[in-house]
Amino acid sequence: MAADKKVETTGVLGWIDQRFPLTSTYKAHLSEYYAPKNFNFWYFFGSLALLVLVIQIVTGIFLVMHYKPDAAKAFQSVEYIMRDVPWGWLVRYMHSTGASMFFVVVYMHMMRGLMYGSYRKPRELIWIFGVAIFLCLMAEAFFGYLLPWGQMSYWGAQVIVNLFSAIPVIGPDLAIWIRGDYVVSDATLNRFFSFHVIAIPLVLLGLVAAHLVALHEVGSNNPDGVEIKEKKDANGKPLDGIPFHPYYTVHDILGVGVFLMVFSAIVFFAPEMGGYFLEYNNFIPADPLKTPAHIAPVWYFTPFYSILRAITFPFLGLDAKFWGVVAMGGAVVILFFLPWLDKSPVKSIRYRPTLHKWIYAIFLVNFIVLGYLGVKPPSDIGQVVSQLGTLYYFLFFLAMPWWSKLGAFKPVPDRVVFQPH
Amino acid sequence: MKKILALMALVPSLVFSAGSDYPLDRAPDLTNDMAALQRGAHLFANYCLNCHSAESMRYNRLQDIGLSSDQIKENLMFATDNVGDTMDIAMADKDAKKWFGAAPPDLSLIARSRASSAGPGADYIYTYLRTYYRDPTKVTGWNNMAFPNVGMPHVLWELQGERVAKYESAPDPKNPDATIQKFVGFEQVKPGTMTQVQFDQAMADLTSYLVFMAEPVREDRFKLGVIVLLFFGVFTIFAWRLNAAYWKDIK
Repeated sequence: MAADKKVETTGVLGWIDQRFPLTSTYKAHLSEYYAPKNFNFWYFFGSLALLVLVIQIVTGIFLVMHYKPDAAKAFQSVEYIMRDVPWGWLVRYMHSTGASMFFVVVYMHMMRGLMYGSYRKPRELIWIFGVAIFLCLMAEAFFGYLLPWGQMSYWGAQVIVNLFSAIPVIGPDLAIWIRGDYVVSDATLNRFFSFHVIAIPLVLLGLVAAHLVALHEVGSNNPDGVEIKEKKDANGKPLDGIPFHPYYTVHDILGVGVFLMVFSAIVFFAPEMGGYFLEYNNFIPADPLKTPAHIAPVWYFTPFYSILRAITFPFLGLDAKFWGVVAMGGAVVILFFLPWLDKSPVKSIRYRPTLHKWIYAIFLVNFIVLGYLGVKPPSDIGQVVSQLGTLYYFLFFLAMPWWSKLGAFKPVPDRVVFQPH
Repeated sequence: MKKILALMALVPSLVFSAGSDYPLDRAPDLTNDMAALQRGAHLFANYCLNCHSAESMRYNRLQDIGLSSDQIKENLMFATDNVGDTMDIAMADKDAKKWFGAAPPDLSLIARSRASSAGPGADYIYTYLRTYYRDPTKVTGWNNMAFPNVGMPHVLWELQGERVAKYESAPDPKNPDATIQKFVGFEQVKPGTMTQVQFDQAMADLTSYLVFMAEPVREDRFKLGVIVLLFFGVFTIFAWRLNAAYWKDIK
């Protein structure tokens, strides 16, 4: 018999530790994972994203117990959940609010990464996993939105799936293959249900694990963009690092408290959120013979939808719709390349020239304007603005190798800047 | 752009509430007033629930607005004997289409689906129910300000009486040489069993009932929400102090 593995723990824990890396995992990822002590407001959103993921999975499990993925029954089954299933309304509102709040939290989390250069070496893979998570989230939201089988569910899916038919040669057949029919139908609903509850969540969970493992391998960035691992004490612990548990667990619980106040305010007092979280037209059952006058995607897709609509001219013999789809897809895919587009000598926006701060500020405003225009019906002025906005969006990334080197950078301190609370 | 628009309109569109820019009146909020909701339920069962269904609504859910099972059975249930049944109707969609040009929509969620940027669904319904007028050019002899060319005749005409829309010539703001016909108000041509004020109140009751029916749990949701927010408020205060207690050591 092989000799027992040497462990520091005794009793039941010791028995487990000899067979499973419980204590060492706990130490590596919580009690002895050193995070910079100067995290600010923007660092709440990573843990909040994890919280929303859990809310979505748990509420989703309960919804699936009562939901019927059948074109003849789906709409009615959602109302059954809202009226006849005990607490069904709460579970459903948590899930629908959670979908929108997931994007709120993830957009804030991505913006944090953008501001403090969290995607720079050695964190390129964390960023790439993150963008893949964002893509999965978009797919998850898109598939899930069809399930209530309301008018917006139906026609939104119809419009988006039709985008694939813009691809030359294979497009039309591809669109039929995705739908499983010539129009969005019961076959489409069933496969979207399958993707929404099994396929995408599986990939999503894998990517979240990879995102966290990659993060804990290299350690967190911070608002100063200083590598805390470069200054260590005699025990090899980073001087500016503090154990994630208990310091950031209690810190994140505070964030969770504030977040849940906002979350429940929406769930209980404004679950429709003025028609942005639950669209009014979606309270009408899907009718393949009645196209709504105005089809708008849910708010979190609208910046990209604006980019799609901004392309109004054919190019290289291919029609505008195709290039619109390319631009919309490109707007997400370009994020993958961010770590190699940024050539700035400093990571954090704190030590970048004023010029950069303006470029970032305009990028943010531009993204919000694109989102706003995507909600509105098409208009002449809106079209020009969204075209300029699309141009800025792409120039921001494509010209980054040049502009990110321009201007006078401020000196980066050796240690993080921290004021004790 | 045109391509995308064409793509959106794959199927010829049959817009349900054809664009009307008639300003919506604000519906009085009576969703907390049990007596008003009960009067609204009575109007609904007597005037709406013959052509319109409410497939998501069970009769016994009316207990939420203070009616007993027996009261529901005796006064409001005409189509079924089982108080646990949903509010279905006998008319088939196919027949309805033949008779009215369109199947009367299910009203379970009408107060939610008719919301728009112009206002909540209640405002639309309240305005719609009160702006019927005589129009001999229409098949039914009725037209509506909030829903022009509506297929439904004025079911409540006995209560409201008959009215006509009055128009005056006014200069076109876009073209000084032309004149347009401007709507200036209704004129009562035949009295109903209710006065105008009584009719408005009855429609406010009916509207509030439709709001209740669209989400029976609505009032409970508000009440529970206050408790949940208070809980998380206290939770957050504790989390804040706990955080401060730990972080005081970090220099």
